[in-house]
Amino acid sequence: MPTSFERRQLVTPGDLIAEGEYIAGENTYAEDNKIYASRIGMVEYENKKVNVVALKAFYIPRVGDMVIGTIVEVGFNGWTVNINAPYEALLRASDVLSRSFKPQKDELSQVLDIGDLVVAKIFAYDRAHNPQLAVDEPGLGKITRGQILKITPTKIPRVIGRKGSMISMIKQETDCQIILGLNGVVLVTGKNFEDEALAIMAINKVEEESHTSGLTDRITKMLKEEKAKREEIKNESEN
Amino acid sequence: MSQKTEKLIDKKGIRLDGRKVDELRSIKIEVGALSNADGSAYIEQGKNKILAAVYGPKELHPKHLALPDRMALRCRYHMAPFSVQERKSPAPSRREIELSKVIREALEPSIFLEYYPRTGIDVFVEVLQADGSTRCASITAASLAIADAGIPMRDLVVACSAGKIDDTVILDLMDTEDKMGMADVPVALMPNLNAITLLQMDGILTSEEFEKALNLALEGCQKIYAMQKEALKAKYVTAKEESEE
Repeated sequence: MPTSFERRQLVTPGDLIAEGEYIAGENTYAEDNKIYASRIGMVEYENKKVNVVALKAFYIPRVGDMVIGTIVEVGFNGWTVNINAPYEALLRASDVLSRSFKPQKDELSQVLDIGDLVVAKIFAYDRAHNPQLAVDEPGLGKITRGQILKITPTKIPRVIGRKGSMISMIKQETDCQIILGLNGVVLVTGKNFEDEALAIMAINKVEEESHTSGLTDRITKMLKEEKAKREEIKNESEN
Repeated sequence: MSQKTEKLIDKKGIRLDGRKVDELRSIKIEVGALSNADGSAYIEQGKNKILAAVYGPKELHPKHLALPDRMALRCRYHMAPFSVQERKSPAPSRREIELSKVIREALEPSIFLEYYPRTGIDVFVEVLQADGSTRCASITAASLAIADAGIPMRDLVVACSAGKIDDTVILDLMDTEDKMGMADVPVALMPNLNAITLLQMDGILTSEEFEKALNLALEGCQKIYAMQKEALKAKYVTAKEESEE
């Protein structure tokens, strides 16, 4: 049962990764007992399962995912939301307004208008229908403050880190609230603009250097240095 | 027409541009040449200069084109007005519409279209300078652009042409060889699956000559495939190295 690539080696679509009793994992496919790559990425073996960690991919909705989207259309009984995926998502008015919804009375654009950003959860999605969003949990709904940045959806797990180590460190160091939309959109809310800028810088750095090891330590160091530098500038201007 | 004043191959078996009969033109490939497209590639094969850009998968407009069970692949092959000696009208010609279809059908089997139903992918191929066998170079570049867009694929598609000039079977025809020659056989291949996705023939070949031309083109495909793969890796390796500095 040979495998043709080492762990973390770069493969291109069509590369034969393994032959024999292996299971095709992410970004791979099986044909005649052979496992091929279907995207450019790095090979990972997980017991009998062969995965390719894609270096370029797009977001595919999954039920339960928290995403951040932009309203692109206000309809008669709901909104169309761009969630950075091949499919546009639907948000029903009756799911947003807690009371009963009457199309004659309620003006939907007063609740959410085109261009507004929402944090939402995907509660229904299958091959035949576009994803449906829900905002019925605390923390979900219209975004009123903070800053948005977009990163490659495949790198979200790296920003979270092992058991959330990376994200909780960034939150702690910058004193910001960070909401990671699994579709690659990130919301950073802090007490002031500088804190937010610092958090954005850190997240961008994580995205750029996502392949490297020991990243959490380096980001911590960078944030501490950056904070010290800013403190200094502040003190100087006060004196 | 049948009587040619010029010889396309000299006595030593050297062609007009100094190549041997089984030699490819020099090829340069770059992946990710355009930043606004989801995926892109640029290829230079001899004097051919071709850009390919891919958008999607995304919601398809007009919506009636969406297919309930798979992605729709749309392809546009277009030659720039300045791509040939005599200015070409920018409006799509009969030949361009046909080539768009040919390229689409050569790429279709390589993509997992059934993964994302009701969506669409747009492939744009722009020929900036043409010098024969543009359909082959276009397929090679378009397939790279699709891989660069992160669209799941069975295999890359690579294409190469073979043909006959002065009663000799040759590899990778350039413009004059195509026009003055006796036959042209473009072939597209998925190298790892060993499956041909495009096979055409223009001109007259005996069955032995055809077999010889096909095998020559397949060999050419394998050589271009190595370069194609290298180019795709190069984009992501540099991104990786930059981050490690």
